[in-house]
Amino acid sequence: MAGKEGNIKVSIQGIEKRYHTRNGDVVALNGVDFNIKENEFICVIGPSGCGKSTLLNIIAGLLEPTAGQVIVDGKKVQGTGIDRGVVFQQYALFPWLTVRKNVEFGLKLKGMDKAQRDETVNKYLKMVELEKFTDSYPKELSGGMKQRVAIARAYAMNPSVLLMDEPFGALDAQTRTQLQTELLKTWEEEHKTCFFVTHDIEEAIVLATRVVIMSARPGRIKEVVDIDIPYPRDQETKMSERFIELKNHIWSQVYQEYLEVRK
Amino acid sequence: MGKKKKSDIVGKIPKGIWLLISLAVALILWTILSFGESTGRVFPNVILVAKSIGTMIERGLLFEDISSSLISVIAGFAIGFVTSIPVAFLMAWYRPVRYILEPWIQFIRNIPPLAYVPLVVIGVGVGRTPQIIVIWLATFLIMTVTVFQGVINVDETLIKAARVLGANDVNLFVKVIFPATTPFIITAVRLGISTALTTLIAAESTGAMAGLGMRIKALSNSYETQPMLLYIIIIGVIGMAAEKILKVVERKLTGWQEKREI
Repeated sequence: MAGKEGNIKVSIQGIEKRYHTRNGDVVALNGVDFNIKENEFICVIGPSGCGKSTLLNIIAGLLEPTAGQVIVDGKKVQGTGIDRGVVFQQYALFPWLTVRKNVEFGLKLKGMDKAQRDETVNKYLKMVELEKFTDSYPKELSGGMKQRVAIARAYAMNPSVLLMDEPFGALDAQTRTQLQTELLKTWEEEHKTCFFVTHDIEEAIVLATRVVIMSARPGRIKEVVDIDIPYPRDQETKMSERFIELKNHIWSQVYQEYLEVRK
Repeated sequence: MGKKKKSDIVGKIPKGIWLLISLAVALILWTILSFGESTGRVFPNVILVAKSIGTMIERGLLFEDISSSLISVIAGFAIGFVTSIPVAFLMAWYRPVRYILEPWIQFIRNIPPLAYVPLVVIGVGVGRTPQIIVIWLATFLIMTVTVFQGVINVDETLIKAARVLGANDVNLFVKVIFPATTPFIITAVRLGISTALTTLIAAESTGAMAGLGMRIKALSNSYETQPMLLYIIIIGVIGMAAEKILKVVERKLTGWQEKREI
């Protein structure tokens, strides 16, 4: 199944997450085991409430698992760390900082000197084609542009793994496909290890090297699908026979889970 | 579509002209009122009120009253501001602090300052101190509540974003929570200034020797409505001047905000 042996970048081991609520415990995740290899692009898909965002937050160190652990580059995750970059659905740009200062935020905290900071910021703003907007404030940007800044900000930190929590979920269809294409291009150049949560099946297949399908409550890994469509990919990939085959397969799996949730 | 056309004409007249028109309307209304028998007692003719500026200067009171009130207001407000910020942040940060303080802040906030003025005087005597204490208390309460609301409303994803970019607690406070709270701090300052001014009368009934509020009461004993009205207008003008300055500061500090009213 899992092709050539790559270095394991992220190891998710026996993760369980319970929430205490007034109506008793809710098990959001149960027995999640998974390894992400270096340079992989993992897309996680599943019905809402399957715990996919919870899992991302646990890897990010923003949430603590009830049981189990996450190992990144051989080190156990304890709280947040700059080895794990995160792109949020709601952009999460600091509205009082310009585009440049937003991207610079983490670099400054890292203690990077001015010249190096400028170079890094320029490089990544160029990557997302926003070099003309360095001195704009977030409120002057469209949703798609804001998310590009957020992606540049995460990339600029050069994390070991990039975690993306439905980053294109709030965007209109056209902007979404555009950003998918850009992200693909970037990944094809850098092969940054990515963990990408989405509920859009086409998005998952076009981006991922492997798609993880999660089951509904309690969240578990239901199936891992190798996406054997060669890169470079683009929006036309979505028309290919193999793509449609994979889409039908994944769709039926997710749909089963969706029916489970409705029960 | 007739409405649209009308608003176009309205829009064509510059804001400054509108201000003059507003002023003219007020003056006309005032003059009309000044001719009525009972309304004339409350609104003496504009010219008479203007003349009372001279009278009060001659008596050597006008500038003394203004400066005395300004000292109390500025001192009370400044101490209120400086104390409310840390308390508001502590309340937002540590839940025990919030649970212990919040009910009392809400409780005292609704008591009119005039009610506890005698107690303050019994406690610290007359003079400048009780005035500052009364204004401090009133501004402290309103500003604490406002800033506290701001801190607890800081967008959680911004905090998460800062954390994953490597921010520690100090960074988080200085670089995220504080700037994110600035719009609320500005609002708190706005409310604080107006509270300081509305509390002035209460503050100066602590046996003050001078002051706008104290003088209005003194003038009412001698039925001198012309300088009384003058003093009332002066308090309003001080409030408006403060608001204008605040607007400039606000534009500088919170121009980044998504929704910005003009």
